[in-house]
Amino acid sequence: MTIKGHVCIAGAYEHPRRLIPDRSVPQIHAEVALGAVADAGLSLSDVDAYFCDSTAGFGPVSMVEYLGLHPRYIDSTETGGSSYLVHVGHAAAAIEAGRCEIALVTMAGLARSRGEAPIARPTGSPESSFETLWGMLPVTAYALAAQRHMFEFGTTSAQLAEIKVAASLHAQHNPLALLPEPVTVEEVLESPLISSPLHRLDCCVITDGGGAVVVVSPEVARDLERRTVKILGRAEAVKHTNNGRIDLTYTGAATTGPLAFAEAGLRPADIDYVSIYDSFTITVLETLEDLGFCEKGEGGRFVLDGALVAPDGRLPFNTDGGGLCNNHPSNRGGMTKIIEAVRQLRGESHLAVQVPDCEIALAHGTGGSIGTRMGSATLILGREDT
Amino acid sequence: MTASLLPNPVPEQNPETEEFWRATAEGRLILLRCEECGVVIWYPRPLCPDCGSTTVVWIEGSGLGTVYSFSVVHRSAGSYQSAVPYVVAYVELTEGPRVLTNIVGCDPDRVYIGQPVRVTFCDTGDRSALYRFEPVAADGQ
Repeated sequence: MTIKGHVCIAGAYEHPRRLIPDRSVPQIHAEVALGAVADAGLSLSDVDAYFCDSTAGFGPVSMVEYLGLHPRYIDSTETGGSSYLVHVGHAAAAIEAGRCEIALVTMAGLARSRGEAPIARPTGSPESSFETLWGMLPVTAYALAAQRHMFEFGTTSAQLAEIKVAASLHAQHNPLALLPEPVTVEEVLESPLISSPLHRLDCCVITDGGGAVVVVSPEVARDLERRTVKILGRAEAVKHTNNGRIDLTYTGAATTGPLAFAEAGLRPADIDYVSIYDSFTITVLETLEDLGFCEKGEGGRFVLDGALVAPDGRLPFNTDGGGLCNNHPSNRGGMTKIIEAVRQLRGESHLAVQVPDCEIALAHGTGGSIGTRMGSATLILGREDT
Repeated sequence: MTASLLPNPVPEQNPETEEFWRATAEGRLILLRCEECGVVIWYPRPLCPDCGSTTVVWIEGSGLGTVYSFSVVHRSAGSYQSAVPYVVAYVELTEGPRVLTNIVGCDPDRVYIGQPVRVTFCDTGDRSALYRFEPVAADGQ
């Protein structure tokens, strides 16, 4: 194993609440920051690198001051909900380059209590004057992808519903999940159509909340008592409309998956657990195909027969209940994807959904929209003793 | 111009796009073509994303295409909230680009992938019109 494989995630913390009207966004950043450094056995004064998105004031400039940090490395790469996976990858690169040793990544938001619509499409973007005119909600953009996937490959709404069902079976074991009740395929199909072919229960939850992780050098990791998780591979990409040639049947994971697997020296068959970005059920289905867990177009069949259900399915996914049932803070689900993968590799997921002998996990984030353009990022993570 | 039950929001304009929107107000869908590599550029900007050339020229679009994908919106927000159900679609123009738009002029339940459509313009009342598409005759209604 190269030194690269030994940069580690040493701390992880998910805010326990899903509705937090009594806190400011920076306050939630602080709560999750403290939670993550404490989880690592460190303190804020140990942090020498800081990463956050653009949603808290003036990004890292505001938050570094609020938290009282003095970092020698900062990054506020903004790729929507996948930002935090990108941040972890960038933290690993900075640590490998000797620029820092202990990197803190935080995210927080109050989407639920503020009633914020998912992805308020930015005005002033070069594309916005051609895309904001048509009444296209975030769910509509994903529905366009689902409709095309169905047309090309025969994917069905019932197959998409299996993804929600699996997430809900996991969420029932998570006392903090916003939607802890198991649902059936029939219940998904009978829920109101929001933007055809997607139903209400194809959509993720909207929550307040946040999370944080601490990424450390191998030298730091060796001195920590807490079980750490190795970063084995990472990749990022922007998949866009390609000059009017948008293909709605695949995501940026088609680029990041192969790159991350190549860096890790692993194959999809080596993965014991996956955290897959689940803004909508179709996001999961296309991503599974793109990462190579099945052939393109086979996702609908792949998710049948409880394939995604922990602990015994072929590929247990989102064992915290995911964004579909548990938590999608700030309409950005990337951080919670990393955190549940860390729990699995530490053997600290709920007993009912802990994957036995979980050695290798993959976390994938999708930010923006699979109906237009997205920032995608993949992390492949290994148990401390792998 | 076709009457539409949909709202007609005024597009943002800037020096790159004002010619495009001015043409829509005249009932014309114009497109940018790269003079170097010949590709039609979408969305319109004076830089060819295929070859990097800044030599681009406006051409008259045919206004014809087919539905690449669509969704019937049953629950919406803002100015579209009361317009449900309505259809958002990608239309693949005969010139190549797949463009976001609405399908109008037919029952939302009759829209399908591959459906031939033609452009129709909906006046915003502010020196621009929205390029929407409706089924070609004998296919819609």
